[in-house]
Amino acid sequence: MSNISFNKFYRKFNILSLVLIVISLVFLIFKGLNYGVDFKGGTLIELRTTDKTNNISLIRDSFNQMNLGDVSVKKFGNETDFIVKFEKQNSNDPEFIKNIQNKLSSSIGDVDFRRVENVGPKVSSELLKSGIIAISLSLAAMLLYIWIRFEWQFSLGAILAIFHDVIITLGIFSIFSLEINLSIVAAVLTIVGYSMNDTVVIFDRVRENLRKYSDIKIFDLTNISINETLSRTIITSVTTLLALFSIYLFGGEILKGFSLAMILGVIFGTYSSIYIANPILVALNVSQRTIVKEEKD
Amino acid sequence: MLYFSKLRIISVIVFTIIFSYFAFSNFVKFDDKFFSKNINLGLDLQGGSYLLLEIDNRPVITQKLQAKIIELKRYFKEKQITLKNFSLKGDTILFETTDNEIENVKNILNDKESDVNTYYPTYKSHEFDVLEDGNLFSLNYSRYGLVLLKNSSLDQAIEIVRRRVDEVGTNEPNILKRGNDRILVELPGLDDPNRIKSLLGKTANLTFQFISQNNEESFGTEKLSFEDGSRDAIVSKRIILSGDNLVDAKPTMNSQTNETVVSFSLDRVGAKKFGKATSTGVGKQLAIVLDGKIISAPSVREPIVGGSGQISGDFTFQSATDLALLLRSGALPAPLNIIEERTVGPDLGQDSIDAGILSLFIGFLLVILFMIYKYRAFGLIANLALVSNLFLLIGILTLFEATLTLPGIAGIILTVGMAVDANVLIFERIKEETKNEKNPIIAFDAGYTKSRTTILDANITTLIAAFILFFMGSGPVKGFSVTLGIGILTTLFSVYFIARLLTSLYVVKNKDKEQLL
Repeated sequence: MSNISFNKFYRKFNILSLVLIVISLVFLIFKGLNYGVDFKGGTLIELRTTDKTNNISLIRDSFNQMNLGDVSVKKFGNETDFIVKFEKQNSNDPEFIKNIQNKLSSSIGDVDFRRVENVGPKVSSELLKSGIIAISLSLAAMLLYIWIRFEWQFSLGAILAIFHDVIITLGIFSIFSLEINLSIVAAVLTIVGYSMNDTVVIFDRVRENLRKYSDIKIFDLTNISINETLSRTIITSVTTLLALFSIYLFGGEILKGFSLAMILGVIFGTYSSIYIANPILVALNVSQRTIVKEEKD
Repeated sequence: MLYFSKLRIISVIVFTIIFSYFAFSNFVKFDDKFFSKNINLGLDLQGGSYLLLEIDNRPVITQKLQAKIIELKRYFKEKQITLKNFSLKGDTILFETTDNEIENVKNILNDKESDVNTYYPTYKSHEFDVLEDGNLFSLNYSRYGLVLLKNSSLDQAIEIVRRRVDEVGTNEPNILKRGNDRILVELPGLDDPNRIKSLLGKTANLTFQFISQNNEESFGTEKLSFEDGSRDAIVSKRIILSGDNLVDAKPTMNSQTNETVVSFSLDRVGAKKFGKATSTGVGKQLAIVLDGKIISAPSVREPIVGGSGQISGDFTFQSATDLALLLRSGALPAPLNIIEERTVGPDLGQDSIDAGILSLFIGFLLVILFMIYKYRAFGLIANLALVSNLFLLIGILTLFEATLTLPGIAGIILTVGMAVDANVLIFERIKEETKNEKNPIIAFDAGYTKSRTTILDANITTLIAAFILFFMGSGPVKGFSVTLGIGILTTLFSVYFIARLLTSLYVVKNKDKEQLL
């Protein structure tokens, strides 16, 4: 078994986490998130051109001539594949997409619309609302579960660890202007589940050790528990990351954002179950009495 | 306990084989339907269109309120109660009565047996909320009155949408109600949704009205423009005939003019009305109006009494076919707006499947190699559990014909990565136990028992996330929650039945070895 003094660095890493959270919050508040059409409304078109000389600026120019509001064009995987997003969304005109395709064909040659997403303002605000509700609901459900299974000191530690992971992951998305769409919400919820999972494994061991040793202070006890579960923590995050990297690299462009959010979440989730969840137990001065008292009730 | 009864062993094997079979049935073909099930591919994988339509009920409400005013006027006239100054202000009907009739009118409108303001005992509410201020009455749709109105117009609309989609003939369309003013249309495998979109975007309200020659029509007149936008015409508001009286419509070729026209035939009532109107209107121009635009306005040369006729216009064969289709399927009660559209072309769908399978294969291989490197023989056991886990997962998805989406494939890959967690927890615990316990059988047993609550805790948290995603998510994301959720269940099965069975067989056989794990 390993014997690393994780507890020596509690303070340093707590400061680091605090700094990361503050930076993330500043970005989230002042820069905000880069919402995709799911949450902002508008139109997304993934197109493939037959003419290889077409480039981003050429395509952007043709779209700009159509009065579609703010247009953004990005390469998407292949040389000939592009993602075009613009504000306009026309629910009253069923020929809207067809007309765009016709105009485009006459200016840059044959184009194939591989994917079209067209979301009205009402639907996008509903999707955003239900996404926020889903994330809040899952946090509440986790809180409830862990509150039933553990003492309140543990619940607080686990929930703060999850908040830490979600805020920093979203912060990174904000800093790098990565797109937030429906699949990112799914990723965030899975991160919540994974981070909780990781924390619970260590907490289970802490509780077991609290019963076993009455003379060891919580500061050292958390360190013993982290070390005892360390190889499991590492192996599981490695296999999960192997799977996620495989999705990121080979799963196609559509899953890139989703798998990136998950990769970040797994890394921060593993880190936080060691460096956020445990220091909180120390700060709340958890001792054998904490669990014995609960069990007598 | 490491002991497994024969019955248990056999049921584990049978169970695994059955579900693995269904996993494979995706790739083999049998004639029998039950034995040859296929996983349902989501629209993002097989290509197709997802359309969310919202019905715009405002015109329906106005129409109903106007009809209500006429009904109220007639009803109270029969009762010899004077009502005056009827007006429609927004969605409110306003009228006045004489001072000595106030109580009377109030009682009639609030009576549970009222003929003009229906009472719904199930909702404990009238169709209209009645407010009075002195002798001024105002009527508004009550909450339930509005719900019932919306529901009935949605039911009508969904029927018309179904007919139009069926007429175009796509394979297995999925048409569902969403809330009380939305319709979800899923069209798998559809290459080009433009035609269906333009068909669903048309209300298809067809009327025949005479073009007014002098502006003194008793019904009033309205100015309508021609479909091609070339000119306007003053048209009488009197509707000779509407699309409701049509029994059939089809595109045909007019042999004299050699142009494409839409021929229609009318029901008995329609034929009679049409005959009467055309006999009195010989020489006049009859405007054929679709959704407020004049398609054409031919002159009536002779009375049309046969109950059939032709609509000419600048039709191509395609546009005549579409118009005939719209007329056959009937008019929508209100306009539909497409508020969300997601279309994936079939080749992108195939690309996504290929990428999904490739990343599943690579992810799977990496995890398997890593486990063998870490645990040797026990790694093999964990891997066998992982393989059967994958078969079980795909088998269950296939058997219940769940829908597999691209995020769903990601869910499977993620399950592969996280599934080993339970076995890792157990193996690590066993390693710890062997330090104090020399008897491997007892150590293994303790390893399993002591890790159980942790494993349950860890999996329940992920299951909670999957559940919430399932109920809150839509489309592809829902597919992710399904594979993630079922993946947890198959993981627990493969760990506690398959891996445990193999572990116990191995331990019992090698119990005299120095170091097992």
